[in-house]
Order: sequence, then structure tokens, then C-alpha cells
Amino acid sequence: MTTTLDPELEQLVYERPDSLVDCATHYCPGCTHGVAHRLIAEVIDEMGIREKTIGVASVGCSVFAYNYFNFDFVQAPHGRAPAMATGVKRVLPDRFVITYQGDGDMASIGMAEVVHAAARGENICVFFINNANYGMTGGQMAPTTLPGQKTSSSPSGRDIETQGYPIRAAELLATLDGASYVVRRSLHDPKNIRLAKKAIRTAFEVQARGLGFSMVEMLSICPTNWGMTPLQSLQWLEEKMVPYYALNDFKVHPAVAEIRI
Amino acid sequence: MARELWKGNEAIAEAAVRAGCQAYFGYPITPQTELLEYMSRRMPELGRAFVQAESELGAVNMVYGAACTGVRVMSSSSSPGVSLMMEGISYIAGTEVPAVLVDVMRGGPGLGNIAPAQADYNQIVHGGGHGDYYPIVLAPASVQEAVDLTVLAFDLAEKYRSVTVVLLDGSLGQMMEPAEMPPMQPLKKEFPAWATRGAENRERRMLSSIYLNPPDQEVTNLRLLRRWKEVEANEVRFKTYYLEDAEYVVMGFGSAGRVALSAVRAARAEGIKVGLLRPITVSPFPVQAVDAAVRQCKAGLVVEMNAGQMLEDVLRVNNNRIPFEFFARMGGIVPFPDEILAEIRRLAQGKASLEGHPRDRWLERVAAQA
Repeated sequence: MTTTLDPELEQLVYERPDSLVDCATHYCPGCTHGVAHRLIAEVIDEMGIREKTIGVASVGCSVFAYNYFNFDFVQAPHGRAPAMATGVKRVLPDRFVITYQGDGDMASIGMAEVVHAAARGENICVFFINNANYGMTGGQMAPTTLPGQKTSSSPSGRDIETQGYPIRAAELLATLDGASYVVRRSLHDPKNIRLAKKAIRTAFEVQARGLGFSMVEMLSICPTNWGMTPLQSLQWLEEKMVPYYALNDFKVHPAVAEIRI
Repeated sequence: MARELWKGNEAIAEAAVRAGCQAYFGYPITPQTELLEYMSRRMPELGRAFVQAESELGAVNMVYGAACTGVRVMSSSSSPGVSLMMEGISYIAGTEVPAVLVDVMRGGPGLGNIAPAQADYNQIVHGGGHGDYYPIVLAPASVQEAVDLTVLAFDLAEKYRSVTVVLLDGSLGQMMEPAEMPPMQPLKKEFPAWATRGAENRERRMLSSIYLNPPDQEVTNLRLLRRWKEVEANEVRFKTYYLEDAEYVVMGFGSAGRVALSAVRAARAEGIKVGLLRPITVSPFPVQAVDAAVRQCKAGLVVEMNAGQMLEDVLRVNNNRIPFEFFARMGGIVPFPDEILAEIRRLAQGKASLEGHPRDRWLERVAAQA
């Protein structure tokens, strides 16, 4: 016996945002890039700014972000997305300009570009995906790899004596006067995902008001390179990453604090 | 417009403004810095974009971003700074967006010095960034020509969706000469169909230099190459002096060509039938003009402020038909007309040779004088 659904009783509760392209992504099963993409797309839909948004993709797993977001996109060299976004925003100040960068891209090779974009108070949003390794190239040590964490280029675990300490990018950028909104969120459970979305919305509102640089760091998982199941990865994020990378608002300009969402 | 006294770097900046440059991104480096300084005042005054970037890496990628919106955009730097820009130049070329770069060359390699040199010919003309790409390279020999070629650079960059470089040495950037500015062009109001300016009432657009599928990359490489063939067919520029009845030809670009012209005039005064061929587009290289000079003359001389980088391009065209000699000063030293005159006299005395390499013979002469 087949069950037929009565269309009258159907209610649409979940659909693809207009700001996402209807296609399969190259992301591994369980990867939280898809969550981050969706949150950004939902916010852009809700604000009705899809046609006014220009994205800057980075190098790493999110190199193909431009294939998945349904708005204009450019593709930056490794680490240079904030500089490229600066070029776009300075000639098109009424457009929304965002970068989407991983930890290797933003916190290693692109540290100068993001620090100076923040210092200039560049009116852009930076969405920073921290999964504690270089995903695209197969799981090497990143600037965000935790002490003792095993990666393909720290096979015995990150040795702080020879490989130094992880960088807390949000805390670092929050020290800059040009940065108006710098927070860290996590994508490991529904509650934190909702908080991340609210932060993304706030970041766009900051740009809408011309309040300057905003950065939302999102702690993310990389099951493939971590060698765990997605569920184990979410647990590892919560137990290992959150204690090191505090979920907090590190910089909220007084004018940003007044924004009600 | 009246002729006014302009410093080379500032003249180029004002010419760019008048060509409708809507955004400038740069970083201080001698002997180019006056260009940045001029723009820091002039661009905001006109409501246009100016950013002093955190590095040349930052600057060139700001140029890349602005270029993707379809506006006229430029940066400027000098040799070590341009080395840092090579990554971005390759990406800009691979994305097929127009951008103008001014390279005011100084002595090198390494930190070198801040004196005028032409040692980055190979870096700019024959690549420097990775991948197969072909920048248009314009080499002025006076402040007026730098002004005119800056305007042309924007036109050519747009026409061929190409990186266009104005390549000069520090002496041209620093010298003051009378020059006439071009009229002020309005800023662009219409933008090409590839520009990423927001997907309003249209499909989204993507600008990237990535073609993961090798056949797609090959198609792109072929498109770039075919476009370059068009550039070669249409955009070669050079200037000849006293070449009509010449038996000897001197070749040099930029300041070296200009100093050589003084030597050619002096040699003419001595009755030596010598002319000058000065490439203006060092890329595309004026192959046919060099070939014609080779067919006409008994011997040639290439003068450069490097170790013979353009020399190799000349020799390739010459293909051992007539003897060529080479003369250079390096390290930030500009040759004297008398030094070049002595070389021209050697040509007229029949001392030019087809044996060995002109660079080796020049090195031997330098050693003999030491």
C-alpha cells in the first residue's frame, strides 16, 4: 500500500534559501561548512540583500564557496580575501562585501591582510571558519591546531616547543580600534548554531550601518581529517576546542550594542 | 592645455586621474613614492578611492578586487615591491580583468639601491608571475611620454582585459620636465558584462582564475594566447630616429634609449650614418621594426641599464644576420652619451663581430678597461 499525502495538509517548514544555489557541494559528510553557508544565506535572504552582496572566496576547502552562494562572487589568492574585499568595497560602498575564510587562509598566510583590514575599520564582514587544521590539503597543522593535536604535519601532536602556540584570532583582532564587532561562536549544536546565526546577522547590520569591520569566528569540525565520525567530531570540538577558544563577544562597539535583532 | 613642469611620478599620477582611474592602491617605495603621495591627496579630493595598503601584496589584491567591479584601477611600485605583486598580477591575468601597474625600476637584485635601472625587463616582459600570461608593457623615455602612455595603458588594459604595465626607471620617475596633461575623462558609467557589482536583476557572476578541470584551463590558456596574438598584431609601438639612411642601428628602451639618442646625434655630427630604434611597447616587442633595421644596417648596438635582457629579444630577431654589440651600465648607473658614442664609433670602424655573444665581448672590453 502506498501512502499519498494530502497537499492541503502539507506545510513548508524548511527550504533552501534563495542565496544558496541548488546543487551538491564538495564538502565531506558531516562538515560544518554547509551549516555556515546556510546561516549566511539565511541572513542575506532575511535582510533582502542578495542582489547587493558580493562575496570574496578564499583558498582552502571554502575555495568553491562561489559555486554555492547565489550572488556575485570573486575568488582571492590565498589569504588575500580581506584586501580584495577592500578593493571591491571602496569602489562600491553601498554593496555588502563579505569574505569567507578558513583558519590557514586567514590566520596564517593572510594574517597581515585581515589585521590591516580590521585596523582600517574596513566596512566588510569576515566569516572565519576555524576547524583547527588545513582541510583542503589533507589535514596539516594550522595556526589554530591545538597543543598536542595530531595532524599530518604534526604526527606526534603539535609540540609547542618547536611548533609554537595556536592563535586566537578573534581575541587578537578585538584589540584593534578599527574593529567594531568581533565574536566567536561554535557550530557544534543547535543552540550554538542559532547563536552563530544571530552573530552573522549582527555583522551584516554593522556593515549596513557603516560601523566598520566585523568578524565572526565559527568553531567547526573536520571529521575526515580529524579521523573521527561527525558525532565524535562535534564532541571533540565541544570538549577540546571550546575550552581553548572561548565562545564570547570580544569586541562590541557601543553603536553595535544598540542594534536590536 | 598648457605645458607645465611636472615630476615624472606625479605626472603619471595626474595622467591616471585624467584617464578616469577610480581607485588607487599602493605602498611606499623609493623611487616611486611621489606617485602614491600625489594620489593620497588627489583621489580623495575627487571622491575616488585611495588606500595605502599594508604591503604590496595587499595593494595588488585591492587592485584585483576593484578591477573585478569593472572600474579603472591602478597601483604603482618599484622593483622589490613589484616582486611582491607578482602573485596578484598572475591572478589578475588569469581572471582576465584589466589593471594598470606602474613599475619605477631601481637597482637590484635584492634590496639593491634606489638609483635608476632597467633590470626588471625580464620579470615584467617575460613573466615573473606563474603561468602563461602576457602583459602589455609600455616603456616611456620622457615625462610627456609617461603621461601619454599612462592614458594608453588604461585603454589597452580594458580593450584586451589585460594587465598593462608602464615600465620606467627611477630617473624618469624623479626628473622634472615640461609636459602637457591630457583632458579630464569622466568616470565610467557603464560596466562590462563580466563585472561583479551585485546580481541585481540578473544571474550571479563569478570571477576567478581557477579552472580545476585541465581541459577548461587549456581553453583559457588558448584564449589568453589568441588575445595576445591580437595585441601583437595591433598594438606594437616604437620610435625611430635618423634611421632612414642609417648603416648602423642602436636599440634601447626608456632612459637608455633616450641617452643613446644623444649619442646618435653626436655620431651623426661626426658623419656616422647611425639611427636609433626605441621600442615603446617592449611587450609586444617590435619584431618587424627590428627585422627591418637588421635588413637595412651593417651592424647594430643594444644599450641597456641591465645585463642584456632586451638584447636577447633583439638577437632572436637578428638570428645572426648582422653583427651586434652590447653596452650597459648596471646597478643604478645611467650610461653617459660619450660611452655610447664610443661604442657607435667602434661599429663604424667595422669592429662589430658575429663571433661569440655580444654580452661576452662587452664583458671583455669592461675587463680590459679595468
